[in-house]
Amino acid sequence: MPEISDNIALRCTDIHRYLGQGEGRVHVLRGVSFEAKRGEVYAIVGPSGCGKSTLLYLLGLLDRPDSGEIWINGHLMSNSVDEARTAARGEHIGFVFQFHFLMLEFTALENVMMPMRKLGKLTPAQMVDRAKMLLNDVGLGEKTHRLATQLSGGEQQRVAIARALANQPSIILADEPTGNLDVKNSALVFDLMTRLAKESGQAIILVTHNPEIAGRCDSVRPMRDGLFV
Amino acid sequence: MSPTLRIAFRFLTAKKRAMLMSLSCIILGVGLFIVTQATTSGFEDYFIKTILGTNGAIRIEDKIQETMRTLAAKGATGDSSFMIAQREGRKYVEGIEEPKQVISALKEFDNVAAVSEVLHGPAMMRSSFKGESVRAYGINLEDHLRVSDLRQQIVEGSLEDFRSSPSGALIGKVISERLLLSVGDWFILEASDKTGRQSRRYRVSAIYETGVADIDRSRVYLNMSECRSLLRKPTGASFIQVSLFEKDRAPQDALRIEDVIHYSARSWQEREKSWLEVFRALRFSTAITVSVFILIAGLAMFNTLAMMVMEKTKDIAILRSMGYTRQDISRVFLWQAAIVLVIGTVVGMALGALVTYSVSQVRISIRGIFATDTFIVAWSLWHYVAAVLTAVIMVMVASLVPSRRAARLEPGDVIRGTAQ
Ligand SMILES: Nc1ncnc2c1ncn2[C@@H]1O[C@H](COP(=O)(O)OP(=O)(O)OP(=O)(O)O)[C@@H](O)[C@H]1O
Ligand SMILES: [Mg+2]
Repeated sequence: MPEISDNIALRCTDIHRYLGQGEGRVHVLRGVSFEAKRGEVYAIVGPSGCGKSTLLYLLGLLDRPDSGEIWINGHLMSNSVDEARTAARGEHIGFVFQFHFLMLEFTALENVMMPMRKLGKLTPAQMVDRAKMLLNDVGLGEKTHRLATQLSGGEQQRVAIARALANQPSIILADEPTGNLDVKNSALVFDLMTRLAKESGQAIILVTHNPEIAGRCDSVRPMRDGLFV
Repeated sequence: MSPTLRIAFRFLTAKKRAMLMSLSCIILGVGLFIVTQATTSGFEDYFIKTILGTNGAIRIEDKIQETMRTLAAKGATGDSSFMIAQREGRKYVEGIEEPKQVISALKEFDNVAAVSEVLHGPAMMRSSFKGESVRAYGINLEDHLRVSDLRQQIVEGSLEDFRSSPSGALIGKVISERLLLSVGDWFILEASDKTGRQSRRYRVSAIYETGVADIDRSRVYLNMSECRSLLRKPTGASFIQVSLFEKDRAPQDALRIEDVIHYSARSWQEREKSWLEVFRALRFSTAITVSVFILIAGLAMFNTLAMMVMEKTKDIAILRSMGYTRQDISRVFLWQAAIVLVIGTVVGMALGALVTYSVSQVRISIRGIFATDTFIVAWSLWHYVAAVLTAVIMVMVASLVPSRRAARLEPGDVIRGTAQ
């Protein structure tokens, strides 16, 4: 199926995931299958606790499924070794956590440069330029040298989005990227993401509780109790 | 700068106080290590210098005579029992009958720097004040200066006077005080043998001080010919003192000398074994005590890093999520230990050198096994190397555990733990 996988950035089939131990063991994901094409924006919606974040961690290779397969750009990653998963995370996946996750001892600029430094494909000067451009795109051009601790929650979230875009990943996974943002900034962030999807053919999967945002995505996948409905 | 080193630097500043604690432990440990080694080995070195400057590196004394029993054993049995038999059956004849022959044989050894024959015997020393029993030592001054530090040990008077006058004598500081003698004073030495007793008059040419109580109290150096007349020993020597180019080879050389010339040869290490062992034990025990300090530095580092890892689990998960490997993560923490270690050892070495210098300026007066008026320190690169190595090993071992724990953290677990 090479011609199909050419267009498909991410695919998962029949994912099961249990969380917790013993008595508290919960069947969180009960056979989720999903496909994301390049250049498309997907919204995953559903009530709190239905397993959206759990699924996103699995797709982002931050966690391993109990069963099921995950393919990233045509490679089966669900059970591959840590080194391969780590490399894929650095190269192909940009992840925005549900709760803004910046490194607090670093400035906004340094946070955005962090993935680039690891990948090491650009010169330091190019890294700075790109990081500044990304911060500008999320409306933080003035605050590049602020420490993360000196930014508001929404600002931190926008830095985290810029950071997820840093290495131009083919897949962007964003867990409520607009959760902490006002209407204006939500629109800014969402427009940026859709523009990237269209311009550079990235697959964007975002979890959102905002019906307006979900409505503007190419495809909406409602989720309930660990299953797409 | 590698990304992991950059992150390590920034993390360090996040836990300044704990890091400063570890840092000061390392500084103190390294500094103390150096100071204690410098002082203990300083005194040890000085003790060895005093031994070499008084009784020399090797002393040749007493002819070895094989007994009949040894000869029998030699014929009958194999190598090892033969050696033992030889040791057990060994007999000595006091003194050296043919010093000239022995000396020319000794000069064949390539590590032998100089030799001096010495004749000694008991005598009574009398001043107008009172009498003391001493030993008269007959020496050829020029030879003896080459196998000892006699020249440096003179505290009053001059060797010139001893060299030019047959009745000149060199006496120790302690005996000069006991008999109230100063340079230029006359005294009488009385020696007796089977044929009777004779006494001769000598003049104090110079007073020496070795610091070795036994020597300063009892040795009276005379010119060899004078001593021969006094002790009525026209030929032979009591012992031959040997100085070496490489003092540490003395035990091996002594064995070879015994084999070749059949006289007992005792190295300085053998003669002063008990004192040397005291010094060694002292150096060892201080090294252990101070290593405990460095161990504490290691534990402090362990503690700091373990806390750091717990506090930074989120950051670890973030880094892992953007492609940093397990190895990168453990490097972030090892770098932190390394940075603290480098600063700690450099400052610790500076502190050690500074304190060592200040200690060397402290005035204390010691007599008995050597003479000094200030604290003695040894400046050796090895003390610094040993201190740094100890610190590096302890701290790096201590940081290995937390950094590996950090590397093992699963990003998924961390995120769920904090992000629900
Ligand atoms: N460690 C755990 N042990 C047991 N159950 C867990 C554990 N972590 C999460 N869960 C459960 O798994 C389910 C899915 O959680 P998840 O975080 O994926 O929900 P979500 O859809 O992202 O919700 P929200 O919209 O509130 O972020 C929840 O019901 C939660 O209680
Ligand atoms: Mg969630």
